[in-house]
Amino acid sequence: MDHKMDYDKIERNARVRQRVINIITYLFLAFWAVIVLFPFYWMILTSVKSYGAYNSEFIPKFFTLSPTLQNYGDAFTTVPLGKYLTNTVLFAVVTTAIMLAVITLAAFAFARLQFKGKNIMFVIFLSLMMIPNELVIITNFVTVTNLDMRNTFAGLILPSVMSVFYVYLLKENFEQIPDSLYYAAKVDGTSDLKYLLKVMIPISKPTLITITILKVIECWNSYVWPRLITDDENYYLVSNGIQEIRENGFGRENIPAMMAAVVVISVPLILLFLIFRKKVMEGVSRGGTKG
Amino acid sequence: MKKILKNSSLKGWLYLLPALLFLGIFMVYPLIDVFVYSFEEGYNSASQTYFGVGSYNYSYVLHDPYFLQAVKNTFLLVIITVPLSTGIALLISVGLNSIKPLRNLFQTVYFLPYVTNTLAVGLVFMILFKKTAYSDGFINLIINWFGGASVDFIEGPYWAKMFVLCFYTIWVVMPFKILILTSALASVNQEYYNAAKVDGTSKVRTFMRITLPMISPMIFYLIITGFIGAFKAYSDVVALFGTNLNAAEMNTIVGYVYDMLYGDSGGYPSYASAAAIILFAIVLTITCINLLISKKNIHY
Repeated sequence: MDHKMDYDKIERNARVRQRVINIITYLFLAFWAVIVLFPFYWMILTSVKSYGAYNSEFIPKFFTLSPTLQNYGDAFTTVPLGKYLTNTVLFAVVTTAIMLAVITLAAFAFARLQFKGKNIMFVIFLSLMMIPNELVIITNFVTVTNLDMRNTFAGLILPSVMSVFYVYLLKENFEQIPDSLYYAAKVDGTSDLKYLLKVMIPISKPTLITITILKVIECWNSYVWPRLITDDENYYLVSNGIQEIRENGFGRENIPAMMAAVVVISVPLILLFLIFRKKVMEGVSRGGTKG
Repeated sequence: MKKILKNSSLKGWLYLLPALLFLGIFMVYPLIDVFVYSFEEGYNSASQTYFGVGSYNYSYVLHDPYFLQAVKNTFLLVIITVPLSTGIALLISVGLNSIKPLRNLFQTVYFLPYVTNTLAVGLVFMILFKKTAYSDGFINLIINWFGGASVDFIEGPYWAKMFVLCFYTIWVVMPFKILILTSALASVNQEYYNAAKVDGTSKVRTFMRITLPMISPMIFYLIITGFIGAFKAYSDVVALFGTNLNAAEMNTIVGYVYDMLYGDSGGYPSYASAAAIILFAIVLTITCINLLISKKNIHY
C-alpha cells in the first residue's frame, strides 16, 4: 500500500515538474517572439499616427484610436519612394535574370561536360567563394567610375551579378540527374543546349526557385555597392532611399511618414517570405549567410 | 559513348565563358589590384599616378586614430555579439525542439528579421531608442518604469551606443543561427536520448553529454560565420547612427574602408585597400584559430 502511494506521488511530481518546465519554455519563446515582433508593430503603429498626434506624445502610446493613411500618401508624394521601389524591382529582376543564365551555363559545364582543365577550374571557383566583397569592391568602384558607369543601371547591376556559391549549389543538383538520361538524349541527337533547357532545368526547378528567392532578397537589401555608385536620386535603391529620407527627406522630424516608407519597403520581402516560407528557410540553411 | 563526348572540350569552356568574364573582371582582377593599390604610395585617383612603392599606406592606416577607433568598435562588437547570439540561439532552439504546438508559428516569427531590410528596420530601432526634445522614446519609457534615468542611446554616451548596436546586431543575426541549430538538434538520433532515459540520466546531463557533443560541429560553424559576419559589420551601424560614423565614434573597419574610398573624407583608394587587407588578415587569422580550436574539441 505504502509503495503504491509513493509511485503516485513520484508520478504526480514528475508531471508537475514537466508542466513547470513547459510553461517556462513557452514564456521564454514568447518573450523572444515579442522582441522580434515589437519593432514591426511599432513601425506600423507609428506609420498610422498623424504627425501632430505623434509629436504631442511625450510618453509614446501603445495604440492609436484615430489611424490615418495620410503618411503613406506623404511617403509617395514628398519623396520619390515610388521611384526607389521601381528602381529596386528593376535592379533585382535584371540582376537575378542575368545571374540565373550565367550560373546555369557554368553549372552545366561543370556537371555534365568533359573538358580539359575542368577540375582545376572548379577548385578555383570554390576558392573564390572565400573572397570577401570588401576586398574587391575598391577596385570595382574605381573601374566603374573610370568607365563612366556611375549612376547607371549597368554600373549597379554588372558587379552584383555573380555568386560563385550558387554555381556550386546548382552543380550539385545537376549531378544528381542520372547519366542515362543524358546518353539517351545524345543517342536521339539532342544538342547539349536543348538537353539543358528541356531536361535539366525543369528537373532542377526547385533549386532554381530557391536560388532566385535568395538572390532577390540579397538585391532588395543591398546597400553598400549602390551607395558607392549612385549619388543621383533617380538611381537610388530602397536602402539608399531610406537613408536619404532619414537624412534629408520630410524634414527630419516627420517620423510617422518615415515609418510609412519603412513599412512600404519591408512589406514586399515579408510577403515573399510568407509565400515561399519553406523554400526560403531551406535555402538559407543550405547556404545562407548574414550573421 | 566516348566519341560523342570527346569534341566538347571547346564547348565546355564556351559554357563557362560568361561566368569567367564576370569573375575575371569583378573578382580576380580586383583581388590582384587591391594589393597593388595598397603598396602604391601617394596614389592620386584623378591623374592615376603615384610616387613610389612601399608600406606607407599600411603605416598611415595603423596610426590613424579613426582606424584605431574602428578596430576597437569592431572587436567589441564581435566579442559581445558572437557568444551572446550563439548562446541565446541555442537556448531558443532547445526550447523550440521541446515543444510541439505553435512550433511552426514561432519558427516563422523568429525568421522574420532575416528578410527585412537592415537599413529600414534599423531606423525603427533608432526611433525606439532615441531621446529627443519631444519624447524620451519607448526604451527610456521602460527604463523609467523600472526607476532608471533616461539615456540617449543614439547620440549619448559610448556604452549606450555600443549597447544599441550589439542589441540590433544580435536581433539581425538570430534567425540564421536559430534555423541552423534547430535543424541540427532535430537531426540528433533519438535512440541516444532513449538510451539515456533508460539509464535514468538527468536532463542537464543528457544535454551536456549527448546533445552538445552531437551538435558541436554546427555550433562551431555558427561561431566561425558569426565572427566573419560581425567583423564585416557596416550597414546596421549606418542604419542606427547615420553615415557620418567617425563623428559618432561608432565607425567599423568596413566603414573606415568605405569612408576612405568615397564620400566627404574619400578619394584615397590606397588607404582603403590597405585597411581592407588588414581586415582580411584579421578575419583569416581568427578563422584559422577557430578551426584549430574546433578540431581539438569537436566530437563526432
